[in-house]
Amino acid sequence: MIEIKDLHKSYKMGNNSLHVLKGINFKVNEGELVAIMGSSGSGKSTLLNILGMLDGADSGEYTLDGVPIKNLSETKAAEYRNKFLGFIFQSFNLINYKSALENVALPLYYQKVPRKERQEKAMQYLERVGLKPWADHLPSELSGGQKQRVAIARAMAAEPKVLLADEPTGALDSTTSYEVMDLIQKINDEGNTILVVTHEEDIAHMCKRIVHLKDGIIVEDKKIEQVRAEQYV
Amino acid sequence: MWLFDRDLWSEVFNTLGKNIFRTVLTMLGVVIAMIILILLLGSSNGMSNMFQNVFAGTASNSLFVWSQNTSEPYKGFERGRRIQFHLADADIIKEQIPEIEVLAPRIELGSHRGITTVYRNGRTSGSSVYGDYPVIDEVTKKKLVEGRFLNNTDIEASKKVCVIGEETYELLFEKGEDAIGSDVRINGVFFTVVGIYKPNDNIDIDGQNAVFIPFTTFQKAFGSGDRLGWMAIAVREDVKVPVVEQKIKKLLKTKYDIHPDDDRAIGSFDMSEIFNNVTTFTTVLKGVSFFIGFFTLMAGVIAISNILLITVKERTKEIGVRRALGATPKIVRRQIILESIVITVFAGLIGFTIAIGFLAIINGMLGDEVQDGVPLLNPMVSIPQFVISFGLMVGLSVLIGMIPANRAVRVRPIEALREE
Repeated sequence: MIEIKDLHKSYKMGNNSLHVLKGINFKVNEGELVAIMGSSGSGKSTLLNILGMLDGADSGEYTLDGVPIKNLSETKAAEYRNKFLGFIFQSFNLINYKSALENVALPLYYQKVPRKERQEKAMQYLERVGLKPWADHLPSELSGGQKQRVAIARAMAAEPKVLLADEPTGALDSTTSYEVMDLIQKINDEGNTILVVTHEEDIAHMCKRIVHLKDGIIVEDKKIEQVRAEQYV
Repeated sequence: MWLFDRDLWSEVFNTLGKNIFRTVLTMLGVVIAMIILILLLGSSNGMSNMFQNVFAGTASNSLFVWSQNTSEPYKGFERGRRIQFHLADADIIKEQIPEIEVLAPRIELGSHRGITTVYRNGRTSGSSVYGDYPVIDEVTKKKLVEGRFLNNTDIEASKKVCVIGEETYELLFEKGEDAIGSDVRINGVFFTVVGIYKPNDNIDIDGQNAVFIPFTTFQKAFGSGDRLGWMAIAVREDVKVPVVEQKIKKLLKTKYDIHPDDDRAIGSFDMSEIFNNVTTFTTVLKGVSFFIGFFTLMAGVIAISNILLITVKERTKEIGVRRALGATPKIVRRQIILESIVITVFAGLIGFTIAIGFLAIINGMLGDEVQDGVPLLNPMVSIPQFVISFGLMVGLSVLIGMIPANRAVRVRPIEALREE
C-alpha cells in the first residue's frame, strides 16, 4: 500500500540545515496497523507529514497504492489527500462551529457528494463510532474521547486507503485512550490500513508492528503480538 | 454551479455570523461610504437640475448684440461716435449669416436700460419699454401668468397692445385686479394689456419690470423710424456662438465704418458662455463627487479586506484542517472572496437604501420648483449611476477580497496543524 525508498528531508534553520530524515525505507501492506515510535526530534512527525502529503520530501520515492507521489500541485495534493488519506490529529481539529455530523460530512463535501447522500453517509460513520445521538452537537459539547471519535468518523467518511493518526491519544486520559485504540483496532480488523504515530509504549503495543525512528533513520522494525485494547475498557 | 451551492453559502454566512458585532462594525464603513457616494451624486444631480431649470427659458445658444460708442478714430470719424443700428441690418445679417436661426430686433424707449414712466389710474411705474417681434420668445422664453404674448397680427396691424411684467403689474394694479384688457399710458399713448409674464427665475435679460409692445407699434407711436436697439439672436445648435458673434461684428463694423480693432463700438453678450461654464461646473462637480465617493468606498472595502485578513489569521488552523481534508486552494479562495462580496454588497445596499430614502425626503420637501436659497432640484441618482456605483463596489470587493483570499491559500496545511 505504502512504499518509501531512501527518503530524505532537511529543514533550513537560518544558516544551518537540519537533516531530519536521513534515508527512510519502508513498506506498509494493506490491512496493517503500524505504530511509528520515536522521541521528539526523531523525525516521526516529519515522516507522517510527508506520508500525508502535507509536506514534500527532498529526495526519495513515495508510492501510495501504486500512485507515485511527487511534485504535486496544491490542487492535486488536496485531491489525493481527500481520496487516499484520512487524518486523525492529536488535538482533534474539529471545526468548532459545525456540528458533529457536519464535521464528518466535510471530506465528502470536498468530494462533491450530494448533500443528502453526504448526510446519510456521515450519519452511518457516526453510528459506527457510537455517536449517532450526538450528531447535532457542537464539538464544544463533546468530551475529549467523543471528539476524537468524531474525528475518526470524519477520517473514515471519505473511505480513504490509509488512515494517518498523529498522536491520536496524546490529549486523552488512559481510559479514553484505550477506548479510542479499541475503535482503531476494530477499524483495522475490517481491513483498513492504519499508521499511528505515538511515543507511548502501551499504545504502540496495541498495533501489529512497531517502527522505531531515531535521529532520522529507522533503527528497529518489528512485528509484535497485538495487545487488544478491549480488555482495558 | 457553485453560485447555487447551498453549502458554500452556509459556510459563508456561518463565518460571518460567528462574530456578528465585528461584521456589523466592518460593514459600517461601506454603509457610510455608500451613503456619501449616493448623497454626493444626488446633490450634484440636484444642482445640475437646478441650473437646467433656471436656464430653461433661455436658448442656450443665444447671443445679444447692441451698439455703443466707438473707441478708435477711423476713416475720418472721430472716436466716441455713437453707432446706431437700423432695421435693415437685421435683414442683411440674417441673409449673410445662415448659421443664425432666429434674429429678433428690439428697440428700447429712452437710453439703454432706460426707465420710462408708465401711467395707469394715477399709479405709475418706472419700467423698461421694449418694441419687440414675437420671435423674441424663441430666444428668451416668457412664462406667461395670464393672457398671451405678442403675435404677428399685432405686428402687422401695429396694434396698441402690450405685455407687462409681474412687477409692473403690481405697481400699476391693485392686488387681484384683472389687468387684461385694461389700458396703460406710455408717453401719452394708450396700450391695452394682453398678457402678464413672470420672470423665469433665470438669467434676467429683460428685467421684471418691463413693458413689451409690438415693434411696428413702437415705430409709429414713438417715431423711432427704422432705428434698432439690439438684436437677440439664436444660433443653430451645431454652430459655436463665438464664431457667429465675430461674423456679425465684422459685418456691422464694415457697414458702419468702425475700426476693425475697435472692441467697444459693438457690445455683445454670449449666453452660451455662461451655459458652458455652468455645464463644465456641474460636470466637474459630478466628477469630483464620484471621485470622492469612489475613494471613500475603496476605504470602506479595504476595511473589510482588513477584517477578513484578521479572520483568515484566526482561522489558520481551520483552513489547514480543511486543506488536509481535501479543500483545494480554489475552494478556499472562493469562500473568502465570497465573504468579501457578501459583506460589501449587503452593506452597500443598506447604505444605498438609507441615502435614497434621505434624498427622497429632501425631494418631497423641495417639490418640483426651485426654492429660494436652495441650490437643488430633484436631487436623485439615475439608474446608470446606481448600476455603475454598485458594479464598482462589487468589483472592488472582489479585487480587494483577493488579498485575504490569497493569504488563506498560502496557509499550508502542515503549518496550520502544528501543535503549539
